[in-house]
Amino acid sequence: MSTLVEVSHLVKQFTRDAGLFRKGTAVAAVDDVSFSIGKGEMFGLVGESGSGKTTTGRCMLRLVEPTSGEVRFRGDNVLAFSRRRMRETRRDMQIVFQDPYSSLNPRMRARQIVEEPLIIHRLGARAERQERVAELFRLVGLNPVHLDRYPHQFSGGQRQRIGLARALALNPSFLILDEPVSALDVSVQAQVVNLLMDLQQQLKLTYLFIAHDLRLVEHICSRVAVMYLGKIVEMGPTASLFAAPQHPYTRALLSAIPVPDPDAPRQRIVLDPTTVNRSTALREITTGHFAAI
Amino acid sequence: MSALLQVSNLTTVFDTPRRPVAAVDDVSFAIEAGETLGLVGESGSGKSVTALSIMRLVQPPGRVAGGRIVFNGQDLLTLDDKAMRAIRGAGIALIFQEPMTALNPVFRVGDQIAETLLVHGRATRREAKARAVELLRAVRIPDPGSRVNDYPHQLSGGMRQRVLIAISLACQPSLVIADEPTTALDVTIQAEILDLLREMKTAMSLSLLLITHDLGVIAETADRVAVMYAGRIVETGPVRAIFRNPGHPYTRGLLASMPGGGPGQRLRAIDGSVPLLGALPPGCAFNPRCPDRFEPCTEARPPDYPAGPQQTAKCYLHDPQFASRMPQSAIRNVDAR
Repeated sequence: MSTLVEVSHLVKQFTRDAGLFRKGTAVAAVDDVSFSIGKGEMFGLVGESGSGKTTTGRCMLRLVEPTSGEVRFRGDNVLAFSRRRMRETRRDMQIVFQDPYSSLNPRMRARQIVEEPLIIHRLGARAERQERVAELFRLVGLNPVHLDRYPHQFSGGQRQRIGLARALALNPSFLILDEPVSALDVSVQAQVVNLLMDLQQQLKLTYLFIAHDLRLVEHICSRVAVMYLGKIVEMGPTASLFAAPQHPYTRALLSAIPVPDPDAPRQRIVLDPTTVNRSTALREITTGHFAAI
Repeated sequence: MSALLQVSNLTTVFDTPRRPVAAVDDVSFAIEAGETLGLVGESGSGKSVTALSIMRLVQPPGRVAGGRIVFNGQDLLTLDDKAMRAIRGAGIALIFQEPMTALNPVFRVGDQIAETLLVHGRATRREAKARAVELLRAVRIPDPGSRVNDYPHQLSGGMRQRVLIAISLACQPSLVIADEPTTALDVTIQAEILDLLREMKTAMSLSLLLITHDLGVIAETADRVAVMYAGRIVETGPVRAIFRNPGHPYTRGLLASMPGGGPGQRLRAIDGSVPLLGALPPGCAFNPRCPDRFEPCTEARPPDYPAGPQQTAKCYLHDPQFASRMPQSAIRNVDAR
């Protein structure tokens, strides 16, 4: 499998300005993060709030400018691209946001929301665009009859499908999915997850799946990286990482997932933060399975 | 043994310009002393409105339109406001979902705990402060003596939820209603809060009504489960029975749609989406999404049928008079039980 995306030594610092009684401080939200994603792979990035997983995703698209590091897409470092070239590259790298209630413009019709990227990138004549929009609607399992509705007239699951149709409008090969189903009801989550898996197969997409729901990541992704306080502390094939977690944080995280089985044994592992040495580098434990221990 | 809380035929409606819409529709359940009842449902199923109805905190245009809520032998719906205030906090306490907004940002957390004690006349001002420290220690907040003077923004989400639990326990209620107490929290913090709730429940011999959409949380915490859908309780039973032998197709669908089968396999999703309360289909509200739908389902609302020991389901699959007309798929599901 050839590499599509390669992130190396990515750093994003947020600075807090000095105040009257306070010195300026810098916080590394993403602290020397490296991973690569193969073509057609579903790569999971998991962690809790504040771990830096969302910032990592945004840095890759330069929605947030990283402080340092490299993001290579098809071999080229996108962080060195001009604005113009970056905009062209974004046709190929798209993002779907978490909250389908706030990520769609409430004043635009579904048709306009899905068509907008085509207009921005000046693709096709009006009639062609209309045809493409209807095709995208069908692709994500929506009925083109409803194209002229506004976002509030759709359910949460349908709104997330609209977000997905918009992201797919430019035929990208790489999709960053930032918590794409966590705002949805349980019974609807599964529909969207199935759609994501179908589209990946059908369109040969590559996914970076950012999530806090480990059960979902275990189900969807072939490889996973676990982030803790801005660093990747463990990374490997999903099966190996879930079966034999190496890092104390991964162990604590996995043991905290409530199991939907009243008879499942509960063995809570609590992380003692003092045992985590943040400067420990990742090392290979078994083939392809790395941990910072 | 009579139940600590007995809710019978509770109906809470919201008045809309057209007509009242029932958010909670003829709901009945009981909670025994020392028991944890898990109330599970999706957004809009009526689980939070049920909690607010019990506390008599439903705000207009919502109102309780019918039913009885008997707590410790008292019908809460007939109490005057003063008597009801005495129940809130001291008899039944409510823990809200959002630890970020449920605390008042301009008061120290210690004062907010003390307030509950003072309002119920459980302590003098000086005692209340000392008691607040004790309560913070009980919910395992480190260094409670100095944390008591913190403002909410100085605490993390998990710590704020601990403060809310401390407030709810301040007057030693016999029933605590926790409405999605861990939804806004990270999974490791969620685990700690659930452990704390379980511990407090045992230590103070509380009963707990735990409201959540997370079946994992239910499996770990509840003794019995009530499943809500579109304002009605569609299934109740002991936690093991609900997970092993779900009697309602909706419960079965929820369990089947969870990830956990083989990696990469398609999930068994429930078709369609949750109906709007103002536009429920005729008959069983779940029928348009139900894989086992047959003739009676669209005609009239199903009553409760026994579906196992101490288990009931509002589903015609459990009605022997329809046995000959059931679809093959449904018979397979019933046989598999």
